[in-house]
Amino acid sequence: MDMFLNIFVAAVLAGTPLLFGTVGEIINEKVGHLNLGVEGMMSIGACAGFMVGYMTDNFVLALIASFVAAALSSLIYAVLTVTFMANQNVTGLTLTIFGVGLSNFVGIYMLSKSENGTLKLPANITEQMRDIHIPVLSDLPVVGKLLFSYNPFVYIGIIIAVIVGFYLYRTRIGLNVRAIGENPAAADAGGIKVAKLKYINLLIGGGICGIGGAYCSMIINGGVWINNNVGGLGWIAVALVIFASWKPTHAIGGSFIFGALRVLKYYIPKSVFPFPNAFYDMLPFLITAIVLVIASIRQSKENNIPKSCGVNYFREER
Amino acid sequence: MSNQAVQSSKEPFARIVKKAEMSGKNVILLRLMAFILAIIAGGIFILFIGENPFKVYATIVAGAFRSALAFQGTVKIMVPLLITSLGVTLAFKMKFWNIGAEGQIIMGAIFASYFALFHDTLNHTLLIFIMFIAGIIGGGLWGLIPAFFKSKFDTNETLFTLMLNYIALHVVSYLRDGPWMDPASQGYSKIATFSKNAMLDRVFGVHIGWIVAIILTIVVFIYLKYTKQGYEISVVGESHETARYAGMNVRRITLRTMFLSGAICGIAGMIQATGSDKTLTTAVAGGVGFTAIIVAWLAQLNPFMIFVISFLFSILEKGSSVLQSSYGISTDCADVLQGIILFFVLGCELFVRYKFVFRKKGGSK
Repeated sequence: MDMFLNIFVAAVLAGTPLLFGTVGEIINEKVGHLNLGVEGMMSIGACAGFMVGYMTDNFVLALIASFVAAALSSLIYAVLTVTFMANQNVTGLTLTIFGVGLSNFVGIYMLSKSENGTLKLPANITEQMRDIHIPVLSDLPVVGKLLFSYNPFVYIGIIIAVIVGFYLYRTRIGLNVRAIGENPAAADAGGIKVAKLKYINLLIGGGICGIGGAYCSMIINGGVWINNNVGGLGWIAVALVIFASWKPTHAIGGSFIFGALRVLKYYIPKSVFPFPNAFYDMLPFLITAIVLVIASIRQSKENNIPKSCGVNYFREER
Repeated sequence: MSNQAVQSSKEPFARIVKKAEMSGKNVILLRLMAFILAIIAGGIFILFIGENPFKVYATIVAGAFRSALAFQGTVKIMVPLLITSLGVTLAFKMKFWNIGAEGQIIMGAIFASYFALFHDTLNHTLLIFIMFIAGIIGGGLWGLIPAFFKSKFDTNETLFTLMLNYIALHVVSYLRDGPWMDPASQGYSKIATFSKNAMLDRVFGVHIGWIVAIILTIVVFIYLKYTKQGYEISVVGESHETARYAGMNVRRITLRTMFLSGAICGIAGMIQATGSDKTLTTAVAGGVGFTAIIVAWLAQLNPFMIFVISFLFSILEKGSSVLQSSYGISTDCADVLQGIILFFVLGCELFVRYKFVFRKKGGSK
């Protein structure tokens, strides 16, 4: 029982950065843009969040910085793909190379300026990021640890996922967004402002990815700056979008499952399942590939990639 | 009157229209301009971090050419990038978004490494030849999988090939930690260095991969431009319906092309493992598969332009490693500069195919 509890908590913690990246990418894909720059946007968010937190010692400011910085990097992508109609795959990959490079570059630059060669978040912000403690609830025997014992990011992530789920599937604007992702020409003919909505949603999606990056730089390494702190999580998030069948609310469970896959190798004794570590690392991608194939075999429109995803929309060619 | 006013207020300030195809000369001129703009933007970035852009650029170029050794290093970076770019070009020509070059490189390297590790007593020429074929088969099969699912179930190939990259990567880490672990390395898991017999020969100080790369450039050019199969690829790329109407077997062409695309990437993996790394590591692809996609796209899928652009990328990469020692600027600077340059060049593509039409003063007539 204790082990199960520990795995669950570890899975949630390992899954949270994925949750942000996934929800951000879902918004992007729903509006018709297969943005392969998640890793880059997360890295930029990671860098901005950490550095602002380091300098201002304020958690909220750090969060805002990570959101804004990643949204700005996403703006580059939006300008190039929406207005300049550049190839989405190439632009996304470029954004990843650029974002990871910039993040590490700034990191090394700040390290060289620091007094003792390390960057550690100051005391105040560390206190603000500590696991929450709600008087009665957190002290409940099992439930307390299971539900009320995480750092604030976890709750922010779940709230964002629920809000985005509501936004995409229960509001009129969300309906318009999904219409653009499926068939921008029809949406345009229906009077929806395609370019405007694409910009807004790409920026919001990018910003959310950025918060996930902040988790990587501020939480995972215990508040010490380490280069390459996103370390491929952005790519797992892209995979997770498929696993969650493009639904933000599914992404919550999905990211915790993927989180569990990432930590399982530390908990399952080799005597029980003699799988090598590499197998557990491979599982998220293997499962995603299988899910992708099954979704395409079933031809389900509901749980499939938005139809015009990856194709730029040029008004005069509809 | 009022009607007209409404109309003119509704016309956007600027709109984009398609224009007639530009002459080749103008296209090159436009790209050159984008490149210069990008260099300037990169210069501003360098200025921003408190260095002299002219000096930094000069250091980068000098760093790639300053000695025979440095130049050999540049070529070593270029070889896998060039070959992989040629590989993805085949798929891209067919509008098959093969993002899986990374995985195909790794698979080619794994297949070749098997012979390098366990059959290294064979005759040297024969061994190299077998490893070459193994690389082709490994990469090719890894390219065939997404093509099969794409042609059978219309599975999204961008996402599928992306997943295969990481599956391949973890196959390497499995082999490294388990069956192929070097028993001589105590506790530290790595794959043994290949024996001398299983390493590529050198010509002019660089492994023979560079000769393979040059040959492949010419072969891919001829294949795409002058053969029936190359023509079929471009027809399928334009429209599946047209291809079918012309009696082409779209499925077979898709499978064949993706096998070749993966096979070429597999060759790059084999060369990287046996020529440069001299062992199999998880970094055998090291992002080359992604960079190659950008190179191929920037070169407009033209093999000779791919040659030029991958050379430029390699200069930037190699030269940036010198920045570290001369200026204390981290090598990540190369990625940032690469990103800035690419953003500009990607942006300029618009002006090749489209033009802006601005609203005329006093409403449109």
